[in-house]
Amino acid sequence: MRRAIRFTVNGRPVEVDAEPGRLLLWVLRSDLGLTGTKYGCGERECGACTVLVDGRPVFSCRQRVGSVEGREVMTAEGVASPDGTLHPVQEALVEHGGLQCGFCTPGMVMRAVGFLRRNPDPTREDIARGMETNLCRCGTYNRIVDAVEQAARQLRAQEDRP
Amino acid sequence: MTTRRDFLRISGMGIVVLYTMDIRELMARRTFQFRDYPKDFNAYLRIGEDGRVAFFTGKIEMGQGVYTSLPQMLAEELDVPLSSVDPILGDTDLCPWDMGTFGSMSTRFFGPPMRQAAAEAKAVLKDLAAERLGVPPDRLGTRDGVVYDVADPAVSVTYAELARGQRIERVVRGEVSRDEPTGYTVSGVATERQDGRAKVTGQARYAADIRLDGMLSARILRPPAHGSRLRDADTTRAASVEGVRVVRDGDLVAVLHRHPDVAQEALGMVTATWDPPAEGPGSSNIFEYLEGNLPEARVVSEAGSLSAGRAASETVRESTFRANYMAHAPMEPHAALASVDGQGATIWASTQNPFTLRREAAEILGCPEEDVRVITPFVGGGFGGKTENDQAHEAVRLSRAVGAPVQVAWTREEEFFYDSFRPATIVHVASGVDHAGRLVFWDYRNLHGGNRSSDPVYAIPHHRVTSAGGWGGSGPRYHPLRVGAWRGPGANVNHFAIESQVDIMAEVAGRDPLSFRLEHAKDERVRGVLRAAADLFGEEWRAGPSGRGHGVASGADAGTVVAAMAEVDVDRKTGAVRVLRVVCAQDMGEVINPEGARMQMEGGLIQGLGYALREEIHFDRGAIIERNFDRYELPRFSWLPSIEVTIVDNPALGPQGGGEPSVTMVGAVLANAIHDAIGKRMHELPMTPERVLAALA
Repeated sequence: MRRAIRFTVNGRPVEVDAEPGRLLLWVLRSDLGLTGTKYGCGERECGACTVLVDGRPVFSCRQRVGSVEGREVMTAEGVASPDGTLHPVQEALVEHGGLQCGFCTPGMVMRAVGFLRRNPDPTREDIARGMETNLCRCGTYNRIVDAVEQAARQLRAQEDRP
Repeated sequence: MTTRRDFLRISGMGIVVLYTMDIRELMARRTFQFRDYPKDFNAYLRIGEDGRVAFFTGKIEMGQGVYTSLPQMLAEELDVPLSSVDPILGDTDLCPWDMGTFGSMSTRFFGPPMRQAAAEAKAVLKDLAAERLGVPPDRLGTRDGVVYDVADPAVSVTYAELARGQRIERVVRGEVSRDEPTGYTVSGVATERQDGRAKVTGQARYAADIRLDGMLSARILRPPAHGSRLRDADTTRAASVEGVRVVRDGDLVAVLHRHPDVAQEALGMVTATWDPPAEGPGSSNIFEYLEGNLPEARVVSEAGSLSAGRAASETVRESTFRANYMAHAPMEPHAALASVDGQGATIWASTQNPFTLRREAAEILGCPEEDVRVITPFVGGGFGGKTENDQAHEAVRLSRAVGAPVQVAWTREEEFFYDSFRPATIVHVASGVDHAGRLVFWDYRNLHGGNRSSDPVYAIPHHRVTSAGGWGGSGPRYHPLRVGAWRGPGANVNHFAIESQVDIMAEVAGRDPLSFRLEHAKDERVRGVLRAAADLFGEEWRAGPSGRGHGVASGADAGTVVAAMAEVDVDRKTGAVRVLRVVCAQDMGEVINPEGARMQMEGGLIQGLGYALREEIHFDRGAIIERNFDRYELPRFSWLPSIEVTIVDNPALGPQGGGEPSVTMVGAVLANAIHDAIGKRMHELPMTPERVLAALA
């Protein structure tokens, strides 16, 4: 049954009139117009649809919108500061050239941001393992690992600051 | 064999012109349809009254980096900051006609006329400035969007001031001389991607991200196999879903809704029965099928006499190499939004050839090409697969049928099903070395794969190279599946076969594979990249197999010469190949953005791991077995070897193709490294664990 479902997206409260069984990916893209989150496979196989729910990465292509009721969703559009300052992960991806066609990039950003929250001091092997669910057809994995490594350093430095 | 075009022909939509033609003939025609680039510089760039430079190109950005590199060339020539250039790509109403973005041709062929246009524009600016400042033109310099008096730089005027209130058109005559490639400050300098920020913030728009008021998303009923015919479909339940519209016309059955997922769910309520396709080959007998179904062979290269070469050989080795069908699998499936009205159509599409799509859409609609506008947002990977625009054709037809803008965004399953695969290929090669260990004989036949890079970069006195069929031209009709250009088309498999055979001959000659190549290389550029790769690799080369898992390969593609070296570890129990290290050296002439060039080289090497080791499309009587990434395995983070690349500088040559050469090395260099590790020769791509185990058995 269609009903009002409330949650927050990128810090902003939203209400959608939808069947709770509909998939979060399409509610984000179609109902809310947040097209930064991409469809790549629909089967949790590529990670292009990755968003954070309460800080944890999920595949929005298989996440029912009813399950995020009352929770916080973050998408690639909401990662940078409101003043436009990029998140260290975003900044490092641009700087290291960790993207080409860019279609997997929003998912990579979300996966990396979620990963670093729980693994603030990862090795390169940890990063590769943590990002394994996300595919990049252009072959930028080496540069993404470089970028996440740099972002981790930068985030730790920010933490250490008084 | 029944193909997709038959499926569409019997739909009775009245789309007669395009779909009753052989789509592969159409493809062949457009592949070889060259036109000159327009010579009106307003078509290339416009200097605005605010000093910003709008830059127009029919090329598209699909990751290869022309959004950055072409503006670099322009900014350099025009003497403006890179940040003042606004690129406008792939909009058929605004941009000069272009054949399409493929073949590593953007910088090679679009770059020179664009530079010339910039030089012409600068000459106009200097003329205007001379008049304004009362200084003779030959005493004027340009820098950062300013024309100044060389004798007194304080006397100056900005491009913006000169452009104000003007409407000047200038035709490129090619008489204005260009800056020599020295003292460059923008072009040739490593530069961050200009589209990076938009892409990491989710702001970059792709075709499926474009939204119009009143638009509907379509999901289309698909056959279980190519060649299946729709017998019967019941759409009653789907049509009863609130907000759903069903379009039904012969075999074309589409369910439309404001939300794509609701349309998908409603499509699931359609019950359909299909007649199975006619008998046809499958993966188990594809190579026998192809051997027995040969197009006419053409000679690619020939010298001396094969019989003399064979006679002069002390040892002859004969090999057959094979490659299976494989998919493009860009992360972005094909998508389009079409808005058709009485005046024509506007189409946003993920396409590598917007001007071709414009013509195709005009044919569908029966209107002049000028009434169709194709706009190309960022393209989420193409690799050759987005030269086919079926999804946009469908969007055009459905938009016309429902009188509203319609989005057709393919699912991953549709993307695999309708892909134009890298063709399955057979290569027969016989070659011989004389008593001195020199290659003197080379008889090479490519069947069904294409001739690109089939002529070896080595000097062999008696040789003949032939190619029969391929991914373009007359070849595709011989394949049971739709085939097309896959990044480095033909070259991936040709390099795999050539370089494997060269390694075999080096071993016969008792030589190490590097010095054997250096001695036989036709030109100094090839020796240059081999030496550069060897320096980077830093290992001593021994006659194989050495047990260390080291491989080397070299070749030429798109005007570029390339060499690669790799180290692998082979698990003899599982047959799994672990790539530890790949190095690559490229001489691609003048380099516009060294950072972008390295990204393309590295990306090609990583992408190439897939076709070399895992990626393969299986099929059976028109059914495609791999329909998503659970079965079709792409390279992933855990595969990542150490990757090192180096560019051999050669600015005098002018820019060559940089997007494809490295990927064409990977099958070759890994085959040779595997042989060096286990002493067994791999003859078929991909080199899966099963095939490695079979070689070991």
